[in-house]
Amino acid sequence: MNIVVCIKQVPDTNLQIRLNKDGSDIDRENLSFVMSPYDEFAVEEAIRIKEQFPDSMITVITLGPATAEDVLRQSLAMGADEAIHVLDTNIKIREGLITAKALAEVIRPLHPDLVLCGRQAVDDDAVQVGGALGELLGFPELAVACKALIDGNKRNATIERLLEGGIKQLIETELPCVITCQKGINEPRYPSLPGIMKAKKKIVKQIKMEELNIETESRILIHSLEIPTIQRKLHLIESEPQAEVRELIRLLHDEAKVI
Amino acid sequence: MGDILVIAETLDGEVKRNSLEVFTLAQQLKSENGKIHCAMLGQSQADLGRFGVEIVYRNSDVQIASGNSEAAVNFVSKLIEEIKPEFVMSGASFFGKDLCAQLSARHNAVLLNDILAIESQDGRIFATKPVYGGKVLAKLSVTGNIKIFSLRPNMLELKENAKTPQIREMQGNSNRLKTAVKEAVQVVKGKIELTEAEIVVSGGRGLKNAENFKLIENLAATLGAAIGASRAVVDVGWRPYSEQVGQTGKVVTPKLYIAIGISGAIQHMVGMSSSKFIVAINKDKEAPIFKKCDYGIVGDLFEVVPLLTEQFKKVLHG
Repeated sequence: MNIVVCIKQVPDTNLQIRLNKDGSDIDRENLSFVMSPYDEFAVEEAIRIKEQFPDSMITVITLGPATAEDVLRQSLAMGADEAIHVLDTNIKIREGLITAKALAEVIRPLHPDLVLCGRQAVDDDAVQVGGALGELLGFPELAVACKALIDGNKRNATIERLLEGGIKQLIETELPCVITCQKGINEPRYPSLPGIMKAKKKIVKQIKMEELNIETESRILIHSLEIPTIQRKLHLIESEPQAEVRELIRLLHDEAKVI
Repeated sequence: MGDILVIAETLDGEVKRNSLEVFTLAQQLKSENGKIHCAMLGQSQADLGRFGVEIVYRNSDVQIASGNSEAAVNFVSKLIEEIKPEFVMSGASFFGKDLCAQLSARHNAVLLNDILAIESQDGRIFATKPVYGGKVLAKLSVTGNIKIFSLRPNMLELKENAKTPQIREMQGNSNRLKTAVKEAVQVVKGKIELTEAEIVVSGGRGLKNAENFKLIENLAATLGAAIGASRAVVDVGWRPYSEQVGQTGKVVTPKLYIAIGISGAIQHMVGMSSSKFIVAINKDKEAPIFKKCDYGIVGDLFEVVPLLTEQFKKVLHG
């Protein structure tokens, strides 16, 4: 099995985000960056498939600035075999289709059997790359898989997913395909120490965004950014429990008018 | 030019509320000569004329009805080629967002998923979209011949505008499909969808174990509310991931959000901070959640929550 995993480096989800001085972008100075959580599921899933089909080959690809190499090294340390870094100087929000097109250019010559992505990167929250990649590569795409069963011999894939309204679907497709991973599909492993040592020595292949034959002008441009603040004035109810509960219900009914 | 194609999702023969909201958005955005078209996924006899729809395209293909995105993309794509709409819009469900992503690549169209609003200013289109899990709101200008958007649920009040729509039955899917939905079952019936709920009752680590979520379930049942959970309790397996509220879970926008035994990590707060009113019940007065809520009770949830359920029962159900 030839598996490609697309990953992205994003701000740590546990951190507050601030804007830079002129409000044109987020303040990146005091942020720490991590692999987008859903992408970790994708890397882990690839490694589990390789454990099942040991002659598999896992290539991780990221598109991003120089610092994004960290998430490739992390994936190599987890168990990926090769890494490709599409170096892109743009870090601001732009059209997701540009990313998908760049990745498709890099992925096409690799002739993968399977492309795994996270369900979305938790920075732009575009939810576009997985679906668009399927179209661009001419592969079927199955989104938000919370279970995946890949049969390298029969060359098919079956996924399970949970949609809104409590709908559970079982979907089957042929390889090659694109699958985007949802939480619940697996528990990502921590890189082992020998894994980390080995990953340090590996060569990350670099490709410059400009070398790819794609249109990079974005049809989505930032007009303005703001940090949403809903002003709330806390009304703390302090009394004995019976009275507290009665007062809360009174406030919800008379003041908030929500019940 | 200026036409809008709305993709409507159905469940149990009803058009989903989120799709109805998209019709309202379409009415706001539509130019004078523009028409609102509807690509109906699945079967529904709902009267969409009430929401300003002029032409409804139906398709009896069973794979579309069972939620096969490949079949749905083919169906909608054909309509895009035929209608040449300026906007294609869907609800921002998992299915809707994925559909939009595939359509954007097939038609080289610009896409923004999960938007909160669109405005047209001097012929320019701006959309507001949460990014970084909702920690930042971006107002973005959008250009392109075909613009695709998906709208987050609960952002609009429904607006009616009586029309009598034409109904067009479209051919089943002639293309050979590579994917097949083998099974589509509603595993939980009658449960209120978290993202569309008017009231959400959420529990966190303060509940101490999975069994104690009974307290949350009872309160939710009394209020007709959906159940939510913090990441911490999902990660330890007390609750299913489908209930997780937060940056790596679901974003909820109810009228009332009741956070019980939840301390209020940023990760969680971005998923519920757009709720109209937030109530927190926590024993720790210093918990960050108290900085972001409207009403707070500092107390033992094991004492307060059963009393609250009992009182609500009396007030709401006599």
